[in-house]
Amino acid sequence: MRLPSGGLIDRGTNLRFQFDKQWYAGHDGDTLASALLANGVKLVGRSFKYHRPRGVLSAGSEEPNALVHIGKGAAQNPNVRATTQALYDGLYATSQNAWPSLKFDVMEANNLLAPFLGAGFYYKTFMWPRAFWEKLYEPFIRRAAGLGALAGMPDPAAYEKGFAHCDLLVIGTGPTGLMAALTAARAGVDVILADEGERFGGRLLSETGAIDGQSGAEWADSVIAELSGMDNVRLMTRTTVTGAYDGGTYGAVERVAHHLATVPTGLPLECFWRIVAKRTVLGAGALERPIAFANNDRPGVMLASAVRSYVNRYAVAPGKRVAVFGSNNDAHQTVRDLQTAGVEVVALIDPRAGAGKDIGVPVHQACVSDTKGRLGLTEITLSNGRTLKVDCLAVSGGWNPTVHMTCHMNGRPQWREDIASFVPRNGGIPGMIPAGACQGDFSTTACLEGGIAAATRALSELGKSAPDIEVPEAEDTAYALDPLWAVPGKGHAWLDFQNDVTTKDIKQAARENMVSVEHMKRYTTQGMATDQGKNSNVGALALLADATGRGIPETGTTTFRPPYVPVALSTLGAGARGKGFAPERKTTSHVATEQMGAPFIEAGLWYRPSYFPRDGETHWRQSCDREVGYVRNAVGVCDVSTLGKIDLKGPDAGKFLDFVYSNTLSTLKPGKTRYGLMLREDGFVMDDGTTACLGETHYLMTTTTAAAGQVMKHLDYVQQVHARDMAVRFTSVTEHWAQFAVAGPKSRELLSAVIDEPITDETFPFMANGPVSVDGIAGRLFRISFSGEHAYEIAIPARYGDALFRDLVARAEALGGGAYGMEALNVLRIEKGFITHSEIDGRVTADDIGFGRMVSAKKDCIGKLATTRPALTEPGRQQLVGLKPAGAVKMMSPGAHLFTDGDDAIRENDQGYITSEGYSPTLNSNLALGFLKDGRARHGEIVQVIDHLREVKTMVEVCDPVFFDPEGGRMRG
Amino acid sequence: MRITCPLNGERDLREFTIMGSVDYLDRPGQDGTIEALDDHLHLRDNPAGETRELWYHDPSGTWLVVTRNTVTHEILSTELAMEVGK
Repeated sequence: MRLPSGGLIDRGTNLRFQFDKQWYAGHDGDTLASALLANGVKLVGRSFKYHRPRGVLSAGSEEPNALVHIGKGAAQNPNVRATTQALYDGLYATSQNAWPSLKFDVMEANNLLAPFLGAGFYYKTFMWPRAFWEKLYEPFIRRAAGLGALAGMPDPAAYEKGFAHCDLLVIGTGPTGLMAALTAARAGVDVILADEGERFGGRLLSETGAIDGQSGAEWADSVIAELSGMDNVRLMTRTTVTGAYDGGTYGAVERVAHHLATVPTGLPLECFWRIVAKRTVLGAGALERPIAFANNDRPGVMLASAVRSYVNRYAVAPGKRVAVFGSNNDAHQTVRDLQTAGVEVVALIDPRAGAGKDIGVPVHQACVSDTKGRLGLTEITLSNGRTLKVDCLAVSGGWNPTVHMTCHMNGRPQWREDIASFVPRNGGIPGMIPAGACQGDFSTTACLEGGIAAATRALSELGKSAPDIEVPEAEDTAYALDPLWAVPGKGHAWLDFQNDVTTKDIKQAARENMVSVEHMKRYTTQGMATDQGKNSNVGALALLADATGRGIPETGTTTFRPPYVPVALSTLGAGARGKGFAPERKTTSHVATEQMGAPFIEAGLWYRPSYFPRDGETHWRQSCDREVGYVRNAVGVCDVSTLGKIDLKGPDAGKFLDFVYSNTLSTLKPGKTRYGLMLREDGFVMDDGTTACLGETHYLMTTTTAAAGQVMKHLDYVQQVHARDMAVRFTSVTEHWAQFAVAGPKSRELLSAVIDEPITDETFPFMANGPVSVDGIAGRLFRISFSGEHAYEIAIPARYGDALFRDLVARAEALGGGAYGMEALNVLRIEKGFITHSEIDGRVTADDIGFGRMVSAKKDCIGKLATTRPALTEPGRQQLVGLKPAGAVKMMSPGAHLFTDGDDAIRENDQGYITSEGYSPTLNSNLALGFLKDGRARHGEIVQVIDHLREVKTMVEVCDPVFFDPEGGRMRG
Repeated sequence: MRITCPLNGERDLREFTIMGSVDYLDRPGQDGTIEALDDHLHLRDNPAGETRELWYHDPSGTWLVVTRNTVTHEILSTELAMEVGK
């Protein structure tokens, strides 16, 4: 029910919204919870396990009950706390975990099963028969228990991530945070002020106490007005700091657009911030705790502080007849605020003798021991037997400082007897200074002072002096309470509302020897719901302490971990969906390749053409065979720009290459190119490629596409750690050059027409390289071959790549050839037994691939000593071989294993495996490469290929890995 | 976690990758023993406390020796790997 006046809402606005398809109206400044209460809606959800009717408990992010779906269709957002969801026109909300309706939920029957669903019921009830778990128990429990549901469709919203740096991060904008920010801002340091609320002011927005003669909200506005005019201050509303991490790094989730009726294009729904702060003042405040008594979970039972929030901030009376129950003085303020607002207060119930004498409402020195009302509170029973007709009960068990963040790096809070709660220990988070209510200082004046003191300390640690600042005039009443955790009596008394944990569960856990607080938590699920037990953990600890005969400090707390509030995975993963997860690297020939209709395959982040289909071709193999034919019979063109290119210069560049390659490169003459094999320090092959000597002290190394980054890092390592004295510098030029293979018997003819000075086999023999000019553009030509044919690679500055590719392809087509893709490239290299990372997969040595002699005896290199290790040299290693089908079955799938003819295909008999396979149109046969135990000595032997996945057995003949032109005449000629 | 690169200043952890113990600096050459190589490649202390490690700052290609505390996660010092042991 809306009060006739007051509150921080804009009564001039009329916002229409739906809850469970019913239309209601509210105002700007409302939350969904306050607007529902203003409309008299008290029942907002069903509990997790027993499907008990539940209402709004709190007015903040700690809310355990009022969780709803917001939005519909793909945009449906589950488990949104109605207490923090700002109202906007057209808001669409539905209740969760109830079927068929909130008022009539068939699963409420679970409530009757409560005796069987207590602590540890999972472990006891559903143990057997074993087969029932998957078929019966689990599906049933999953349907019965639970919270909100995902839409089951891709989330259409955008998410963002942000990075921010500051001298001082201030978390929270109650009196503590505002004074800390003001003090630091006036000292001139960079300040970020973050608050999870819709507006700044924290608890001040909900209380009636004056500061410097102004209302709390007015005073907060005046401080914010000053701060917002300062260049060194960044103000962040709707931003919950969720975790404290090493090195002054904080995670924070900003709800950018959840309060907007329509999200402007480009605006993210949420942003996940990483804030790096030299110092932090934590002004996180405190959370009120309920008291456990029978049936304390009915809609209408609320925290006293929440009642004040709804009355003072939202001008909503949460009931027509309200009672207040608490064992501390702070609860009495609730009575006064309700009276001021004109709401009938039926009684103050305070078990302390003489409490609340002059408050002006009937006072009962008693406890609330039970309640009535199926879908909402109608009556309470007191421990003295009296009953009172009420529709709202404000409960206060005292305040718990919000210590969560101070414990995110293993810190444990310490017990403070006078406030019967935990406070942060010093130095829990390096650089963080907790102050105000989260430190146990509850009065407004203490918070204002605490904020100034914390900022002053932070400033002095930063080497700055604090400005003189006066403490504003404010309330300074002492906080006094008698701890009251639970009221004895029959019936279920709830602790953790969200996970349906009762006082009985805690006692049962203790009885069953789950006496460690961490065991109790897991056994009962206390504090394991999305609210992480913000209201209930301390109460549960107190009861466990009581049940085990220990004190609360000895019982200790469970571990607080980030995030402080739930964070959507889509927010944490902002920017990493789809192509953000794997950005596309495209070659300069990409557009031309697309226009030719080629499907792409991914090579790392690169996109390379698989094959170039022609009219009439219905299968990729037809295209592939044709393209192989281009290279073997005419000329083919292929973009090879994705290979890593590293440019090395310096007097010791040759020496450095000798050190990183197993073979000798330093003897290479300018204009010559050589194949090199690179080892890891443990003796296994890391990568291979050609290195061209461009000048006396200038080399160009190529790496495989896949290992380009790894090799660059390795070269950095070798140079900076093991070759510091060598005068060499190098840099990656992969992106600078577009490079195309031109391969086949007509390759020289083609190139001679493209480059300005024709080449001959004499001026450009096999493995030569040199500068060339293409229409006046300086390029480079290498006579190297990955196909076994007379072939070249031509490199041109990347901006000319597209033009050159189109020209080369057109000329190749005129000569009876054309472009070829990765499938053909693969077949061509298998025919020649050339290796790729399919073969050098990190487990093979130089000798395994037949390159043992490439480890030079004349010099040291990375990995040399390791190649002499016994296990790397002894007989029985698997060696590279070629494989050809020897029977009717032709299939040889990579990954299939090799077995000696006649052996059982079991692991003990394993002889090796297949790495690559393809159909060779040149030799009209399927060909494979693989590794076979002592394979070089077994050429001619027939072995079995067993594909256990596809259940295929193929008999194959072992042969030399070079199937085609073993003398290399075509390549060299 | 924040690591101070001597060339680039304080940077976020995600710009770095760890290689392992600073023991990698002592590389047995081609004349070393297999045992020394095994130590170099595989045998590592696992200290609860201070440790020295090789890290790589990916964006700048800089190798660092980072001294840090494995218990508190403090970064105690960072040096260019090129300068260490000179």
